[in-house]
Amino acid sequence: MLQATDLNAIRAIITRAKRWDLFFSLLGILSLMIGILTFVVLFVDMAIQGVPRLSYEFFTSFPSRRAANAGILSAWVGTILVMLVTALSAVPLGVAAGVYLEEYAPKNWITDIIEINISNLAGIPSIVYGLLALGLFVYYFGFGQSILSAGLTLALLILPVIIVATRESIRAIPQAIHEASFACGATTWQTVRDHILPYSSAGILTGVIIGMARAIGETAPIITIGALTFIAFLPNAPFSGDPPAGLFDWIFAPFTVMPIQMFNWTSRPEAEFQVNAAAAGFVLVFMTLAMNGLAIWLRYRLRKNIKW
Amino acid sequence: MQVPNVMEAGVEGTVLKAEVRDLDFYYGAFHALKRVSMPIYDRHVTALIGPSGCGKSTLLRCFNRMHDLYPGNRYAGGGIVFHPDNTNLLSPEVDPIEVRMRISMVFQKPNPFPKSIYENVAYSLRVRGMRNKNELDDRVESALKGAALWNEVSNRLGELGANLSGGQQQRLCIARALASDPEIILFDEPTSALDPIATASIEELVTELKEKVTILIVTHNMQQAARISDYTAYMYLGEMVEFGITDQLFIKPQKKATEDYITGRFG
Amino acid sequence: MSASASAPTLPASIGQGISDRLSKKASRHVKERIIETVLFAAAAFSVFVTLAIVYVLVKESWSFFEHVPLTDFLFDTQWTPLFDDAHYGIVVLLSGTLTSSAVALVVAIPLGTIIALYLSEFAGFKVREIAKPFLELLGGVPTIVYGYFALTFLTPILQKIYPDLPGFNLLSAGLVMGVMIIPYVASLSEDAMRAVPMALREGSYAMGATRLQTALWVVTPAATSGIASAYILGISRAVGETMILAVAAGMQPNLTFNPTEPGATITSYIVQVALGDLPHGSIGYQTIFAAGLTLLLMTLFFNLLGHWLRKRFREVY
Repeated sequence: MLQATDLNAIRAIITRAKRWDLFFSLLGILSLMIGILTFVVLFVDMAIQGVPRLSYEFFTSFPSRRAANAGILSAWVGTILVMLVTALSAVPLGVAAGVYLEEYAPKNWITDIIEINISNLAGIPSIVYGLLALGLFVYYFGFGQSILSAGLTLALLILPVIIVATRESIRAIPQAIHEASFACGATTWQTVRDHILPYSSAGILTGVIIGMARAIGETAPIITIGALTFIAFLPNAPFSGDPPAGLFDWIFAPFTVMPIQMFNWTSRPEAEFQVNAAAAGFVLVFMTLAMNGLAIWLRYRLRKNIKW
Repeated sequence: MQVPNVMEAGVEGTVLKAEVRDLDFYYGAFHALKRVSMPIYDRHVTALIGPSGCGKSTLLRCFNRMHDLYPGNRYAGGGIVFHPDNTNLLSPEVDPIEVRMRISMVFQKPNPFPKSIYENVAYSLRVRGMRNKNELDDRVESALKGAALWNEVSNRLGELGANLSGGQQQRLCIARALASDPEIILFDEPTSALDPIATASIEELVTELKEKVTILIVTHNMQQAARISDYTAYMYLGEMVEFGITDQLFIKPQKKATEDYITGRFG
Repeated sequence: MSASASAPTLPASIGQGISDRLSKKASRHVKERIIETVLFAAAAFSVFVTLAIVYVLVKESWSFFEHVPLTDFLFDTQWTPLFDDAHYGIVVLLSGTLTSSAVALVVAIPLGTIIALYLSEFAGFKVREIAKPFLELLGGVPTIVYGYFALTFLTPILQKIYPDLPGFNLLSAGLVMGVMIIPYVASLSEDAMRAVPMALREGSYAMGATRLQTALWVVTPAATSGIASAYILGISRAVGETMILAVAAGMQPNLTFNPTEPGATITSYIVQVALGDLPHGSIGYQTIFAAGLTLLLMTLFFNLLGHWLRKRFREVY
């Protein structure tokens, strides 16, 4: 049986150990705060610098040699057009690949290679995709430094994100749903079309939004394909030209995008251009934050509402 | 519910180690223990039996405050009085860590840490701040001997605990629980994941251990309770149905419900 | 068994009826096969992307190495590909990459690990639910914005502490890059820690261990390979990061391991060349592919190592 002195010794040890617990808790909160505060400071700093510059003219003017007249019209239009190409190519491809890997793929070495390959693609630096696009799209396929080249480059970049999101949301559907569908005599494709895709669509959408938010902010691969930074005109509106050739002339147009415009202004020495950079950066951060926030909210809703 | 008469059940010469008194416990809104009372006698084996979900493991885990680890669990009334301190283990003023240092536990599935055999046993000593290598060596050796494992592992103390067989792993976990000289050891169905031979060696060990330490064991297996325990408590739906000396409870249960269970009429 | 035994007793006509209906299903079967093939092609496309990357980089690098001996590339201590007296020593760019990555990891690994331990072992459900989306947002900020932040906010602050610090430096870029990498390290490490079975934690708490003792002595060792793979992902991110360095570290090649100096990295060199007007097929054009190939090999190594470690930690439980 324990003596009283023993008990006191134990209590002293516990008190000491608990002090370390408390210390680490504080350290944890502090570390978390460093991360979160950096984000807040970054956002606020950019807002203070850039928000006064935001005006109707800023959104409706082309870049200019004079900082006060310069705007982001060609940049945001370019971003939207590039994203259109990216979404149209990456979403069907990524969802199809995800569905194949979850619903069809046999357990063999080919599937293994595809899986390892996808996780490896996700880890390749974005600038390497830029080099691929420069060699392949710009010169080999002859797309030039166009919206098409940029959109396809970013599509390759976010393909792994969409594949992984598709697979995860499909995996969240209970096996019982598959079995119920097969038991009704449905084929694999009917099961996918009528059950798997509808039930996983919200999860896939979340992944698509996160992927697109990443693509919007990507700068390095677009610079690598040689996108021009001074664009004082807009491409034709999509699908507006004379068919058939005119419908698609916009995708071969030269362009600029938001992050390139911001990079361009950041690398100017004049302080006025730094203000423009802050304003463009604020718009850019706002766009990515809104998209990420939407995705997080969607996922939260999803987890709350679905009860299998 | 009639509260069992503690003193009536006691045999001469036994000392109370702990008493559960009118204990109520909730998992969220679920009333898991309903005014449970029972005595625990010093250096004896007390078995908790009953069908799945009857609250026997829940009661066991009250003794070392494991429920404190999860949100939503609530001690709602009554308590466990610990002797000779005469304190309520469940009182908010009592530090759960101190409780766990004095009341150790062995789990259903062997859960050795991903560390060497030596470090697994030394863990409960290191937690107490013991750093002296010679002292640690001595205590680890005697704990392993106490758990009847020393002969099998003395020449490979540096190997991972997970490399041992299931029965050896469970004895390693017993050594871990023994190393810090606890006053009570809780066993939560310690043999349910083991084969019959390993089970026999654990049972033998439990009966040896009661020379030095008080033992409370939850078991699924009535034969096991009959073989190794001195006292048995039968629980059903969160209530204490009957508590008594093991031989008497199994031969001549006082309650019809107990008799139905031990004769296999249900459960 | 019973079906095969009774089959011979069936009238022949029934057998024919079944085969008729099966043949109707065959068209459905063909459609299924076509769909499956299309979906397989989509999945296999990712392999084609990898092959295309390797092909493009190797092909252009091949032309490069026809002009520049591999030994010069590996051992020359100058990187001046655009000068008349051209030197192609990749170590110059590597030194910038390694220095900035080291600074970033000094920030990201300790902070990321502490955050992961805190979120997985200490924080309540509420804190975790709020903190994790915030960290995710931190990881979603475009890197060009981080670059701007490093150049216009952090560098001036650092210059108040070290007045000699140049306007472009690896330190400021590396520090901000570290903050950018924290979410990756924290969230993957936390996943690994949360995968540690509750039974191990209970075993530790039952011995009277505190949260910190359980976290450091039981959870961390059990999650080692997962945590290591999180670190490796962090390294791979740091090595491949481009815009923060292109904006804030300057782009002049500089063989140095001193973070307070400006320097070029493999990635920022590629940006610098792409911003200029090098003709397709020139040796200057080819240098960026040789640099890119070096980068790809480095990240490939880290990715495979990380993949192997992750697989190992999944096998444990």
